[in-house]
Amino acid sequence: MTAQIAYADVEEGTQLPLRTFPVDRARLVRYAGASGDFNPIHWNERFAKEVGLPDVIAHGMFTMAEAARVITDWTGDPGALLEYGVRFTKPVVVPDDGKGAVIEVAAKVAKKLDDQARTVQVDLTVTSAGSKVLGMSRAVVALG
Amino acid sequence: MALDQSFVGRTYPPSRPYEVGREKIREFAEAIGDDNPAYRDAEAAKALGHPDVIAPPTFVFSVSYQEAESVVRDPKLGLDYARVVHRDQQFAYHRPVRAGDVLSVTSTIESIKSLAGNEVLDIRGEVQDAEGQPVVTVHTKLVARAVEAGGTGGAGEAAEGE
Repeated sequence: MTAQIAYADVEEGTQLPLRTFPVDRARLVRYAGASGDFNPIHWNERFAKEVGLPDVIAHGMFTMAEAARVITDWTGDPGALLEYGVRFTKPVVVPDDGKGAVIEVAAKVAKKLDDQARTVQVDLTVTSAGSKVLGMSRAVVALG
Repeated sequence: MALDQSFVGRTYPPSRPYEVGREKIREFAEAIGDDNPAYRDAEAAKALGHPDVIAPPTFVFSVSYQEAESVVRDPKLGLDYARVVHRDQQFAYHRPVRAGDVLSVTSTIESIKSLAGNEVLDIRGEVQDAEGQPVVTVHTKLVARAVEAGGTGGAGEAAEGE
């Protein structure tokens, strides 16, 4: 592993670059195909509304994948990610309005865990349209 | 109706092997819009110390969930699959998944809990390579919502998880 960020250069509270990820219907169809998750709530508005949703929603695992990019782009080496966990708290609603939705991800170093292994805990805040869509979202990352 | 606690600790035998393809990794990376060269370019991955292109961190879910799903659909467990939503997801990586891996998953029901009529099921998947070495430990927590009295009122929450 070759993380580009040095353990010595971060401290508790260090912010990672804030990121936004757009998501539209075409993106969800593409993710459905690549991941094999063809649940119609992720592409079929009629079905989504029939089961009581406001509209088509993004795959939870898609949101989790986007949030991880804040860390993997920060370290450069995705292999530096040792642990990653989230709770799915609210859906990301994706209207068919030519714009779709935006996932916003803020992250910070919450703890320096191990000076020998040079590991840190990173806490993520993931929102869409003002609602927190992932809860208890955190990662353990090995730095350089 | 509460699920049978005797299923806690039950282990389901390893899946059929899943061979990780270079083009499947690329397709997945493109689907999440991630242009990290470690997912596409073997030389770039090697420069980071990996033997071949690696997969994005959440890629392995597609492999592990096939197995978790067969646990959830075990007719003896008696879970109503239509009411199941994804609540928590955790990965602990022993190493990154990479092209050429032949992965198999052994799933174990870690716990079954009842919370306000909802059943919370914690499934651990141990993903290993062809040599039997651990690659990723996957924890997937699923909730089967309580059957509500009339209407589809709960369906919005239903999909909260997913």
